[in-house]
Amino acid sequence: MNELALLVGATLSAGTPLAIAGMGLLVNERVGVLNLGAEGTMLVAAVSGFAVAFHTGNTALALAAGALAGAALAALFGWLVIWLNTNQYATGLAVSLFGAGFSAFVGIDYVGRQLVQHGAPSIPVLRDLPFLGPALFQQHPVVYLTMLLAPLTALFLYRTRAGLVLRSIGEAPDAAHALGYPVRRIRLAAVMVGGALCGVSGAYLSVVYTPLWVEGMVAGRGWIALALTVFATWRPARILLGAYLFGGATMLQFHLQAQGVQVASQFMTMLPYAATIVVLVLISRNAAWIRLNMPASLGKPFFPGS
Amino acid sequence: MEKRPLTHLALGALVALASLTACKDEKAAAPAPAPAAAPAPAAAAPLKAAFIYVGPVGDAGWSFAQDQGRKEAAAKFGDKVVTSYVEKVPEGPDAERVIRDLVAQGNKMIFATSFGYMDAMVKVAKDFPDVYFEHATGYQTAPNLRVYEGRFYEGAYLAGIVAGKMTKTNTLGFVASFPIPEVLRNINAYTLGAQSVNPKVKTKVVWVNAWFDPPKETEAAQSLMNQGADILLQNTDSTAVLQAAERAGKYAFGWDSDMSAFAPKAHLGSCVLRWGVYYEKAFRDALDKTWKPEVTKWGVKEGMTDFVKVADFLPADVKKAVEDAKEGLKNGTVSVFKGPIVDNTGKEVLAKDAPADDKWRGEVAFYVKGVEGKVPSGK
Amino acid sequence: MTLRLEPRTVPSPWMGILSPVIALVVTVLAGGTLFFALGKDPGSVLSVFLLEPFHGVRALTELGLKATPLILCSVGLALCFRSNIWNIGAEGQFLVGAITGGGLALWVTAARVPLSPWAFFPLVVLAGAAGGAAWAAIVAFLRDRFHANEILVSLMLVYIANLLLNWLVFGPWKDPKGFNFPQTMSFSAATALPRVFPGLRLHWGVAVALLAAFAMWLFVFRTYRGMQLQVGGPAPAAARYAGFSSRAALWTALLISGALAGIAGAFEVAGPMGQLTPYVSNGYGFTAIIVAFVGRLHPLGCVLGSVLLSMILIGGELAQSRVGLPSAVSGVFQGVLLLALLGCDTLTLYRPRWSSSR
Repeated sequence: MNELALLVGATLSAGTPLAIAGMGLLVNERVGVLNLGAEGTMLVAAVSGFAVAFHTGNTALALAAGALAGAALAALFGWLVIWLNTNQYATGLAVSLFGAGFSAFVGIDYVGRQLVQHGAPSIPVLRDLPFLGPALFQQHPVVYLTMLLAPLTALFLYRTRAGLVLRSIGEAPDAAHALGYPVRRIRLAAVMVGGALCGVSGAYLSVVYTPLWVEGMVAGRGWIALALTVFATWRPARILLGAYLFGGATMLQFHLQAQGVQVASQFMTMLPYAATIVVLVLISRNAAWIRLNMPASLGKPFFPGS
Repeated sequence: MEKRPLTHLALGALVALASLTACKDEKAAAPAPAPAAAPAPAAAAPLKAAFIYVGPVGDAGWSFAQDQGRKEAAAKFGDKVVTSYVEKVPEGPDAERVIRDLVAQGNKMIFATSFGYMDAMVKVAKDFPDVYFEHATGYQTAPNLRVYEGRFYEGAYLAGIVAGKMTKTNTLGFVASFPIPEVLRNINAYTLGAQSVNPKVKTKVVWVNAWFDPPKETEAAQSLMNQGADILLQNTDSTAVLQAAERAGKYAFGWDSDMSAFAPKAHLGSCVLRWGVYYEKAFRDALDKTWKPEVTKWGVKEGMTDFVKVADFLPADVKKAVEDAKEGLKNGTVSVFKGPIVDNTGKEVLAKDAPADDKWRGEVAFYVKGVEGKVPSGK
Repeated sequence: MTLRLEPRTVPSPWMGILSPVIALVVTVLAGGTLFFALGKDPGSVLSVFLLEPFHGVRALTELGLKATPLILCSVGLALCFRSNIWNIGAEGQFLVGAITGGGLALWVTAARVPLSPWAFFPLVVLAGAAGGAAWAAIVAFLRDRFHANEILVSLMLVYIANLLLNWLVFGPWKDPKGFNFPQTMSFSAATALPRVFPGLRLHWGVAVALLAAFAMWLFVFRTYRGMQLQVGGPAPAAARYAGFSSRAALWTALLISGALAGIAGAFEVAGPMGQLTPYVSNGYGFTAIIVAFVGRLHPLGCVLGSVLLSMILIGGELAQSRVGLPSAVSGVFQGVLLLALLGCDTLTLYRPRWSSSR
């Protein structure tokens, strides 16, 4: 029983970085821009966050630095794809390559440095509850904030005027332009929000989740976060669900391995990826429903007056 | 580098040039690979040696340890040896091109530091009989190609002794990378070391199928601890496992290099690899023209493997047990693998008094009794 | 005064040629500054990146060897992207092609099938194509039958293909004499791809890659069906009107691009490697996505783009050993070059104009 509780707890913590980045990319894609540079953005943010944490010892500041770095790189990406109308797929990949090199370069000094470690924080009283304590109440604050992020994003997208404008730009940028909205600036703002959240996720990885900086440490999580937005059919709550599903499948396969299950570990490691496909197939059967949610202008350039 | 102004760093991601100037200072301090400078006219031409690494030297693990070894060894020869390296060379068709190019640049000695370079080394060595080729962890040799590796399982064995003494749950955890003999030897040695002092010990193994994925290593470590493992060892390349143990209030070891600073409370000791010991010999062989194709496997005795920074807080009897075993490995009274050894299906894999030679050790494809689960590569 | 872009009615042919040149100038300036700031001689570093990979017969053949898988993958991806099908899993299709091609070579080796390399050559092409196409067919099927998004499925299948390869070489296909290391036995000489020049690694697969690019050019620009395919993607209704369904476009584009990526994988295994190991690909499937766009989704552009990418990848290695440039800096330089290329491409479609207000 206690093992199950710990499995739940580990799932929440493993899903958190994916959920943060996924939520950012969702906002990003809702406005019609696809940023395949998530992986590179997270790396640059991870090294920036680590550097700040190393010099100040302040986790909040480090996460903010990650957000700033992520937003900055996203701004470069945004400028290229929104103003110069470069292809979003290719530019994103180039940003990823650039980010990987740049983070390695800036981070040379920080390899093998250690941060002052804080013990695992937890919520007093609640943490001692049987089952629920280890499952839910022994997590880093960022884990809880991430859970809040989903309803907040949903609230913003569906209940505020700004969210409506954002979504309408993603659906029909020409119409929004005709109504007088500064389409490109709003797109840039959303792209920077996306970059900032990818940044928080990257910094969370290097400062909180695994407090160290090493080259390439994001190890593909940016790609998983990108996949999550598709998986979630661009709905915030489902990002959270998808992230925990992926994290849960990852932890479950480790759990089963440690139990000595007689299946080749390579097949166990496939589990999260295969599970994602299977669930996607199950939820995608209704095509109309997906088309309803997918931002119509996703990946397409917009040129005012064209 | 501590003096690097903070503003540069926070802006690191923002302003490329700001961090560029900062890194320029750093470059001067860090021993960058020596450029192919013209040799001084009077002195004899220095020995040019080149290394290829599979990871970035900034991986803080395998390639980092290799590069430390390169620097240490080269420093002992002053200007008689000039070294350079190429990092992040994929273990596929690209390796051959890189090696050929290094030879074309006049390097007389090539060190390939990962198993996957074997095929490329064999091919290039055939074409350049007057160049010395050195391959880490491989098994193919030629008149100008030799192999070397460390007996890292001896370090794992010593860690196992500490773990066997210190475990409260009698359950150890091992975060493993890929099921190759080296890693299997380490898992088995860790378990045998623990069982030598505590027969009740069993070991849980989790494969991450990566050499290097710190968040995944964290998750694997967490999973093992959730299931009762209280002392962890890893054969992956980062400090993540050790740090995860620190946060969970459990114990773990450093691997590849001294990692004590990362986890003052959890760190029980570090299994270190000192490649420099071998590189020094290799340079000397080449300079003295005594180089010959050999197979070198060095362990605690030769100083290539060691178990260092044993935690102060360990009870005296644990410290003594480790010291004794270390001494025994040096003088030959202790050997890690000695019969009878039974695998975890109950089959005897090494009879009593049968010798466990390098060939036997090289083909390890089983878990010893006490390790749970099944080897992923097993039939 | 602000700089504005105006769309051109037709892409500027001049800028089509000039924009890569401008991008190169931008990169040389940015890179030169970077190298100078690092205390390196910008001239010599740049010449290592831009000239050295073309210097001499061996260098040229190595460049061709590196470009071959990129050409094959990018040409297929360009077709997908033209049809608005976002296959970003060429890496997985490449790996499965390596598995099927390698599996065939392994079988020929183990069963001692009497074959000559030239007889084996078409067989390995077929095996690779079949493997890659089958892997891509999963994407097409799930998209066609269940509307599952191809970006996600093709990406997830990359991870699965990689683990499948791992399982095979660590498990059932492991060389019994290989000391339990992850590799198959070395393939027999009969399965080696014929080399173009004796002693150099370039194999005749490069001709297949160039042929594929040419065939793709014919298909896309000279056949009715190729034209239909491109209509089929972005505007299904128009395509149906033209008698061609978007379903057919989906299957055609994915099967062709999967097959080409699979051939690339089989070539790597039967060509420079000569055995199957976990390290078949160096990310060719992902790099090829950039190549496809750098090549403006044109088959000939893909060939040039592949050569360019191979050049900077090889240049990055050379810069490490020749001038001691850390690989991270090469990565930065490569990223700058790609961003500059993509950014300058804007000039072919848009005209820059100074204007006084928004």
